[in-house]
Parts: sequence; structure tokens; C-alpha cells
Amino acid sequence: MKYVDEYRDRTKALILVREIETIAAGIKVPEGRPIQIMEVCGGHTHSIFRYGIEGMLPKSLELVHGPGCPVCVLPMGRVDDCIAIAERPDVIFTTFGDAMRVPGSRKSLLQAKADGADVRMVYSPMDALALARKNPAREVVFFGIGFETTMPSTALTVLQAEREGVSNFSVFCNHITIVPTIKAILDSPDLRLDGFLGPGHVSMVIGTAPYEFIARFYKKPMVVAGFEPLDVLQSIWMVLKQIKEGRCEIENQYARIVPQAGNSRALRAVARVYELREFFEWRGLGSIDHSGVRMRAAYARFDAERKFAVPNVKIADPKSCQCGEVLKGVIKPWQCKVFGTACTPETPFGALMVSSEGACSAYYQYGGVKGQCNDSPAGAGAA
Amino acid sequence: MNIAPLIHRRPRGKVHVPTVTLAHGGGGRAMKDLVDDVFLAAFDNPLLAPLDDQARLELGTLARHGDRLAFTTDSFVVDPLIFPGGDIGKLAVCGTVNDLAVGGATPLYLSCAVIVEEGISIDFLRQIARSMSATARQAGVEIITGDTKVVNKGACDKMFITTTGIGAIRADLDLGADRARAGDVVLVNGLLGDHGAAILGARGDLALESPIASDCAPLHDLIATLLAAAPSTRFIRDATRGGVATVLNEIAEAARLAIEIDETSTPIRDEVRGFCEILGLDPLYLANEGKIVAIVPVEQSRSALDAMRSHPLGCAASTIGRVTPGHPGQVTMRTVFGGCRIVDMLVGEQLPRIC
Repeated sequence: MKYVDEYRDRTKALILVREIETIAAGIKVPEGRPIQIMEVCGGHTHSIFRYGIEGMLPKSLELVHGPGCPVCVLPMGRVDDCIAIAERPDVIFTTFGDAMRVPGSRKSLLQAKADGADVRMVYSPMDALALARKNPAREVVFFGIGFETTMPSTALTVLQAEREGVSNFSVFCNHITIVPTIKAILDSPDLRLDGFLGPGHVSMVIGTAPYEFIARFYKKPMVVAGFEPLDVLQSIWMVLKQIKEGRCEIENQYARIVPQAGNSRALRAVARVYELREFFEWRGLGSIDHSGVRMRAAYARFDAERKFAVPNVKIADPKSCQCGEVLKGVIKPWQCKVFGTACTPETPFGALMVSSEGACSAYYQYGGVKGQCNDSPAGAGAA
Repeated sequence: MNIAPLIHRRPRGKVHVPTVTLAHGGGGRAMKDLVDDVFLAAFDNPLLAPLDDQARLELGTLARHGDRLAFTTDSFVVDPLIFPGGDIGKLAVCGTVNDLAVGGATPLYLSCAVIVEEGISIDFLRQIARSMSATARQAGVEIITGDTKVVNKGACDKMFITTTGIGAIRADLDLGADRARAGDVVLVNGLLGDHGAAILGARGDLALESPIASDCAPLHDLIATLLAAAPSTRFIRDATRGGVATVLNEIAEAARLAIEIDETSTPIRDEVRGFCEILGLDPLYLANEGKIVAIVPVEQSRSALDAMRSHPLGCAASTIGRVTPGHPGQVTMRTVFGGCRIVDMLVGEQLPRIC
């Protein structure tokens, strides 16, 4: 398949792996620990597991799977709110597929659907708007979720609904922003990361300038990375090269998609519809200042949170869950007390077991629980 | 007095209304008319014609095909009922025929139980019955008994079909996952994931237009060809729900052996790959309705592959991996990129990813 297979070339991968081994061998890390690079985005985590990239890397290099799976980090209280809306008899609740399984305190959307709620999977918020046009007697609510990647599409849908005067469409807004989240990780006292793979699709919208503080104030290198396996390998190589050369810069490996300045039209739509919340609650990470957006007062009529009364109850993460430590790279998924026992993809306990992009789920499914690949030096996982 | 000849002479009933109503499930004249007009007209055969409470089979006939009976049942629900490459009727016949054939049985007879939601069009029912009949003919089986129920609107999604099948297994055949041995070769008969992608595309709710057609087909002849060329074949299973990944896990678990597959030799058409790329799905977990996974000893793998490739339903047959003595029950894949990953069972159904 053109424009896909080129980025999955095994021969080029081997060359890059050799380069990575050479550079990594020359980097000295204090305390004899491995070099730790965090991929912020869940899409990268998925690629890393899907293609078995971790097993191709030298043992002295460790990938830490970051918080960039918006489905995973949604707190239980918000899921409960969304189920309360979905269970209203007048509502058609629309959602991206992988948000269906996120557990609330009582149930997931999938269970709510089984109990009779009209929950429908859509591929785009525009599909939800089309449903609203087709069902004028029902309230169609779209589950707005995701980082800056999906934010413009919900913003544009709201603007379209406004233009058309569609009054039975609203968004339950759970959009989150990436920069405060990276900052929260960088500020954590037990941080050990040596560099970052920056989120490719978020950066396509916001550009690369918002990350400059990471290099300037925290002295960590970041490479904005694409999602094909060669993109990931090349970006790892670029981060290592920076570390080796003592540089801390924001580099852009994904230049074929990510413009330095981002997408100004998308950003305008986002700024028009959304404003920053003072804080937003994250599963596994707690409350992070300015890390979420809500709809501006001018669009209140499209805001499901204002339109429907929601319980709005804060529910603490389960005590035994160590998602926060996994997210920060302090422990590996299989080192968590409940991994694979109380917490499995079937009955996810913590955030990272929820979506296939969550680090724990990926380890469980692709690498960690049953053992290693037979003839791979490090195995797909390393349990 | 033998009344059978009289029954045969009874004129066939005819439905004169355009849609099915609850009256057609009431057991009276309307129901007789529906059964005559729709099902008997399509399935017409001497074992069904008396419309008794049971079809009566001669054991001698069965015994000519083998020394053991194979007996299987499956219910079919699909949305939409008609999709590129097939419909629920074709699916209901192929599914049960294939479940018999993968056990090494010659499929012989099917039953057909239909649950219909009131309001469905009679012409549509005729179309589905004709499709079942044509597929049964192609598969060399007869539909010899059946049942029809009509339920209230909303009590079922338009139409459900259950087919049960009987076949006979030749004395010299004994297939089983536990017969797999380390070193055996894993074969598939063609391109994977077509049915799953076709159905998802045909539903239309993902707003993706796709030219992909279901691979739905009766595989009895392909399997007979394979077994003739590779009589020591260990095990065959059709890779329906859960796709090839799920079947491989089931085999590895039953055999207490590991299976290793190679992504580069896993045949998937570009349209299906593209479809999966866009939706964030894994084609290995997409359903097939005309694909088998066969475990064959290495010394017969070449002839098995050649035999399948010589058959119209096996042109794109391929060796996708091997049984190995590794971790019992584990399926791994050497990725196209050169890495290695575990291919596990899915928890639930695959859901498109957010971004």
C-alpha cells in the first residue's frame, strides 16, 4: 500500500536499530539505570506494541508510555456523568468506538447500551450532527473526547450546528490539552525521563512552538514523531542523538504532517468555541490546572453539561491502582500490584488498562502477561 | 391408508399480501401459505415435501458417506441482511456447511429455523429463501426440515436464521487440534478479513464507502481437495468471528503448543488493509466466512498448498506460520517491521480507535 509500506520497511528499520544501539551505548546515565524516553501519545504506544518495536531496542533504552490516551485518562466521575446523559430516554448518545468500554463507577457506555440507553458509535462528530438533523424530536449528544487532535472537529461541528440552527445537538465536552499535562509530568518529584517523543497529531494542530519550554526550562529534548514504525524509530534515534550531543531542542520528525506553526484555522475554531477550565481531573494523575477545556458561554446551548443536569460527583481512583507511577515511568505496567489480576482489559481497574492505546492494556495484549516472543532478543514485553 | 400421495397432490399455498403479519406465525392457513410459497417453493425436495414434524433419513444413505455423524448448529444475525458478496440466507447455509466440512465431514442435510419480525416484505423473504436454496445446491446439501416464527415488531431485528447440519465423516479421517505437532505448518486458503470489512462498510454508519465484498462461500469442496492432497492434515477450522487471530489462539491452547506467524506472508488485500488503517482495526481479528486455517505436517504442506491454490476458493492460499514448541497456548507474530509481538484473544469486539 503506497505511502504506508514505505514507512514499515524492515531493512531500513534494521539500519536504524543498529544506529540506535551505537548511540545508546555511548550515553552514560546516572545510577546505572536505562535511558528513559517517554512517548506522550497513545498512538505511539499502539505502534510500538503493534510492530514489536520495544523488542528491537537495546536493553539500555526504555520506553515509558505516557498519558496521551484520552480514553484512558477520563476519570470515573465524568464517565458516570456521560452515562447519566445517555440514559435519558430523549437522548441519542453518540461516541467514538473505544470510549464505549471505559468503566464508570457503576458501568460503561457499553453496559448502559445493553441496559437500554440509545448509544451509537460514530466515526466523526459530523455523523452525530447528521443524526440530530434526522431525529429532530430527540436530543443528540456527542461525547467530545480527545486532545487537540479531535478538538477542532467538535468545534467545527458546533459552529456548523450553529449556522444551521440545529437545536437538538450538543457536545459533552471532555477535551483535554497536552501542554499542561506534560508540564505536570515534568514537575513530578520522582521524574526520571531523559527525553520525549512528542505527539504527532496534536502537533499538527498546535504546531511545535508550545513545547519550547520543555527544552528551555526543563532541559529535556523532544522530537515530534509520526506514527508509522519507521517514524517512531527515527524519532528515538533523534532524541538519543540530542542526548549524546548534549542538546535540548524541540525537533520535528513528522514534518510531512506537522507544520511548525500548526493549523491556524483549526486553532481559530477551537478558540472560538472553547475556553480553558481552571482545572480538569485525570484518571491516574489527579487534578491538573488548565488541562481541560469547556464550551464558552456563547455556545452554552450546545453544551450538554449545561443542557442536562449531571451528577458531577468526583470519584477517587481505586487505591491499589498505580497508573500514576506507570505514567511517569517510575514503574513498568507489570510491576503494578493489580496488573493482570484485579485489573485486566476485561475488567479494567485503572486508566491504562482501558483502551488498546493504554500502556497496561497494550502490555497485557501484546507482550506482558504470557511471556516473551520466542526468538526476539528482548521479547515484545519483558514480563 | 397411506396419505402421503394425497399430501403431495395438495395444491401449494400462496401469499397474497405484501408483508409478513403475526397471522403468518399463527399456525393456521396463513402460515401454511407462507411456508408453501416462500420456503417449500425454494427448498423443494422429497424429504421436505411431506411437511411432517420431522424429516426421516435413511441410515443406510448416511452410512454410505462415512462411519460417524457430524452434527452442528449455528444462529445467524447480521446487519445489514444483504451485503456485498452475500446475504443472511447464503451466510446461514455456508456457515453450517463449513462447520461440518472443517471436521472432515461431507455435509448432507440442513434444517432451517427462521424468526421473522412482523412487517418484513414477503418478496424479501422469497429472495432470502432462494439464496439459501442456491447456496445449498452449490454445497450439495438439502434443506429438509424447518420452522418459521413471526414475532412482534421490535422483538427481533428483522430476521434471524438458525441452521443445523448433519454430515458424515469418512472412516479414515480424524481431525483434531490436539493432533498438532511442533513443526507443523499453518495454512490459510486466501485473503483475510474480507467479510468483516464488507459488513462494517455495508452498515454505512462509519461513512466509509468500500468496494470490499464478503468472502462468504461453502468450503466443502476446497476442504475435500485439501484432504485428498494432504491426508495427514491435523486440524482445520473456519476463521469466522474473531478472525484468524482467535482461531490460532484456540488451536495453540488446545494443542498446548505455540504458534508463530509471519505478518509478511499473511494475505490481506490492500482495500481491507486501508479500511483497517483508517478505523484502527486489526485485520487478523476481522471475521471471514470463506476462510479456513489448516494445520498440516510439514511434509505434506507443499501438496496441501498446491491443492488449495488449484481450487477457485483457494487461489491466494498461503503459508502463514508454524507450530512451535514455545510457550503453550501462545501465538506470536513476526511483524512486517521485523519486530515480534503477541497475538492474543480479543476481550470483546474490536472498536474503532479515536485518533
